[in-house]
Amino acid sequence: MAKRIDVSDLNVYYGTFLAVEGVNLVVEPRAVTAFIGPSGCGKSTVLRTLNRMHEVTPGARIEGKILLDHENIYGPDIDPVNVRSTIGMVFQKPNPFPTMSIYGNVVAGIKLKKRTKKSELDDVVESSLRGANLWEEVKDRLDRPGSVLSGGQQQRLCIARAIAIQPQVLLMDEPCSALDPISTLAIEELIHELKQQYTIVIVTHNMQQAARVSDTTAFFNIAGTGKPGKLIEMNTTANIFGSPSQKATEDYISGRFG
Amino acid sequence: MTQLLSPQVQPPLGRSSRPRDAAFAGISRGSGIIVLFTMGAIGAFLLWKALPALRANTVPFLTSTQWFPDDPQPKFGIAALAFGTLLSSVIAMVIAVPVGLGVALYTSHYAPRRFAPTLGYVVDLLAAVPSIIFGLWGLQILMPNSIGLWRWLDQHLGFIPLFNNSQNIYTRSIALAAVVLAIMILPTVSAISREVFNQVPPGHIEAALALGATRWETMRTAVFPFARPGMVSAAMLGLGRALGETIAVALILSATFSINWHVTEPGGNTFAANIALKWNEAGNIGLGALIASGLVLYIITFAVNMAARVVVERRRDFSGAN
Amino acid sequence: MTMTQGTITSEELHDLLSQRKLPRWNTAAVLATSVAAAILLSLMTPISGVAGTTVVAFVLFLVLQTWLSFAVEGSRYAIDRLASTFLVSALVAALVPLASILLTVLVRGFHAFNAGFLTSTMRNVSPRKPGGGILHALIGTVEQVAIAAAIGIPLGVLAAVYLVEFGNRSRLARSVSFFVDVMTGIPSIVAGLFVYTGLILTLGLQRSGFAAGIALAILMIPVVVRSTEEMLRLVPRDLREASYALGVPKYRTILRVVIPSASTGIITGAMLAVARVTGETAPLLLTTFLTQSININPFNGPQASLPTYVWDQIGSGTTASIDRAWAGALTLILLVMILNLSARAIARLSRVK
Repeated sequence: MAKRIDVSDLNVYYGTFLAVEGVNLVVEPRAVTAFIGPSGCGKSTVLRTLNRMHEVTPGARIEGKILLDHENIYGPDIDPVNVRSTIGMVFQKPNPFPTMSIYGNVVAGIKLKKRTKKSELDDVVESSLRGANLWEEVKDRLDRPGSVLSGGQQQRLCIARAIAIQPQVLLMDEPCSALDPISTLAIEELIHELKQQYTIVIVTHNMQQAARVSDTTAFFNIAGTGKPGKLIEMNTTANIFGSPSQKATEDYISGRFG
Repeated sequence: MTQLLSPQVQPPLGRSSRPRDAAFAGISRGSGIIVLFTMGAIGAFLLWKALPALRANTVPFLTSTQWFPDDPQPKFGIAALAFGTLLSSVIAMVIAVPVGLGVALYTSHYAPRRFAPTLGYVVDLLAAVPSIIFGLWGLQILMPNSIGLWRWLDQHLGFIPLFNNSQNIYTRSIALAAVVLAIMILPTVSAISREVFNQVPPGHIEAALALGATRWETMRTAVFPFARPGMVSAAMLGLGRALGETIAVALILSATFSINWHVTEPGGNTFAANIALKWNEAGNIGLGALIASGLVLYIITFAVNMAARVVVERRRDFSGAN
Repeated sequence: MTMTQGTITSEELHDLLSQRKLPRWNTAAVLATSVAAAILLSLMTPISGVAGTTVVAFVLFLVLQTWLSFAVEGSRYAIDRLASTFLVSALVAALVPLASILLTVLVRGFHAFNAGFLTSTMRNVSPRKPGGGILHALIGTVEQVAIAAAIGIPLGVLAAVYLVEFGNRSRLARSVSFFVDVMTGIPSIVAGLFVYTGLILTLGLQRSGFAAGIALAILMIPVVVRSTEEMLRLVPRDLREASYALGVPKYRTILRVVIPSASTGIITGAMLAVARVTGETAPLLLTTFLTQSININPFNGPQASLPTYVWDQIGSGTTASIDRAWAGALTLILLVMILNLSARAIARLSRVK
């Protein structure tokens, strides 16, 4: 299950304020696309438009089209709730539901959609936790609350929870910034495995991470405070880091600002 | 109770200020001790002044429903008072807790952000209305206008003993008192649970939304589990308030000492209302009997309030607030 | 065990993403239909008046809306709508009594209000005749609440100072804090009983306005402690440290630096506590004797007060008395509201600064 995303002429608004302007990009299936750029450039904002989380903020809206394969996810009879269960998200700060067990966390999304037999749920829990490289560590304590896990484990639990509902795409908003280097490495390895089955978009402020993990990279920048962010350049990761075509990209990569 | 950082720092000690510092520290510690002392003193004095009457009592205090403390052979028991107090408070809770939680949830997560503070403030206004005004309103406005409701319940659901009315008189009943109590404790339940609902970390709500949950499903998945100790505490504090309410109940009920499950019939009595109503005509033993009933009320409300606080304290460890 | 993946067709994708929804005007339409149907029903059959019709309309609305939603949108959204409806109904259920109480007090109270109401007493006024006033009750309330404030506010503020500045997480401090919380739940009549048994019976204090003031103080203290504590904790640590660094002793720092900087909040909290106890009736019934005339001495003799005035008038039961009760209620609620609103105004003004 992996789909392609086409973004055309995307303008992102908070009320009347234009936060990001004129984004056109393509996210390839079964690959990792990274969004990089300095703080405030709008990369997370754009990410959140891809699963219609952006509009949860009162007054937030977009103009333009975002196609999942050939379906415009902002079409008139498309339900944001359904979009969000088709395009999953993992957040910067791991947020497992604190009062639920590990088991409960993984099945939280499935239980919303329909009644499932316990045996099927057991299967999904195991396969999701395996898919998140967490099964071996927690298989004996599935009924413990999610909060007993370490930060890195919690984040993998969130990933398991996200993939349990079999999304087409997995969005990751700076998934490693709150984690230590060892957990970060574990998650990066996991992303490498996950990309065989999912389309993955990852926002990161860590350029080296983008270079390690992604196949395609999109560089966003912002002209100044109060101005809208823009997509400056998008290319294979090797090209962005090796031979960027825009000066701003090169300046950012070489650390002249950011 | 907010767990903010303790701002305590110790100043470097100077010579001339030490006695004054010590005096001030002593005075403020003394105030704290007075608070503790008062709580204990209340129980102690009530017990002390109730003992003579309790000793003179010729029927079991806890199980008798009679109230003739100034008879030559004093007879007084709190069974009817306990029944009326508990039944009216429980019914009040059954009404007020869902409505209060509903208002709190609406204000915290459903209302447009611009209106939410105003809404909260307006509902809190109910808490500022003195209880005597609730009693007056209940007596003069609600009572005549609710007769139709009690009659309907009697006619259509009368097979349930609670709604059955064998007298066909629908005024001055425990049911009416319970409804007024419910309105009175509503702001308590609402304010406390609103605070808890507002404290749910946005991250949890986002996580639920990102899984494809409808708004109500988000509440069920992210808000309620987190807020449960607070909701329980809010309900218990509402219960505590209902148990101790005096004036509104005293005005509404036509005080009788009976245990009657037909709540829409006139009659019934509560600890607090009984004290208010019988106080000025009571003789010596009568006063002692009322004081004894007050002691029982104090113990019950103390226990309920303590339990409400303990619930929040204990679950704080598991709530994942960290 | 790897996750099975299928490719899904574009129809399947569309189905996955889309959702049939009821149109935006559906709520209004269903509401209108239910109300119309309920009115029709009430005309045809003898269902009781406005209240009954409203209930029928509400039930009809619920049933119709849920059924429609279930059929068109599916169970998840039907439940979502049901939940939203319930929440809005809860809000209405809370606001209707409030509106009714405020309106009734206003209308009926105003009706009995006349120029002389605030300036005359009930002395020599027959319960059956209209006329008379609440001057004696006003004086009593003002004095009793003033006594309560004079005792309760300093004690409460000092106890809060202890908890915040000296407590140091000691056992004593934690007990005090816990029991202050529990004390907020004391039934007001128990406070009256305590003053009666502890002070009146034991120490020979007279039943008087002063005794009432003490009972009210007991009810005020926990509220003052909590709000003062909150305000004191908001004062930044740096302020205290700066003062100590200048060599100012601790007691002076608290008195001259900490409390003044939290003063607006403390005042607001104190005013709200005063507003709370102004309306209390039960403790007054136990600690004072009622009278129909003015008594400006709170330490001796019977003294009236606003809440007991209303109580007394309700007890008389005549039309004239009930009218006076409403007028008294109006005065009482105005007093409480003025205190409340002033407190909040002070809080907001200082925040703006």
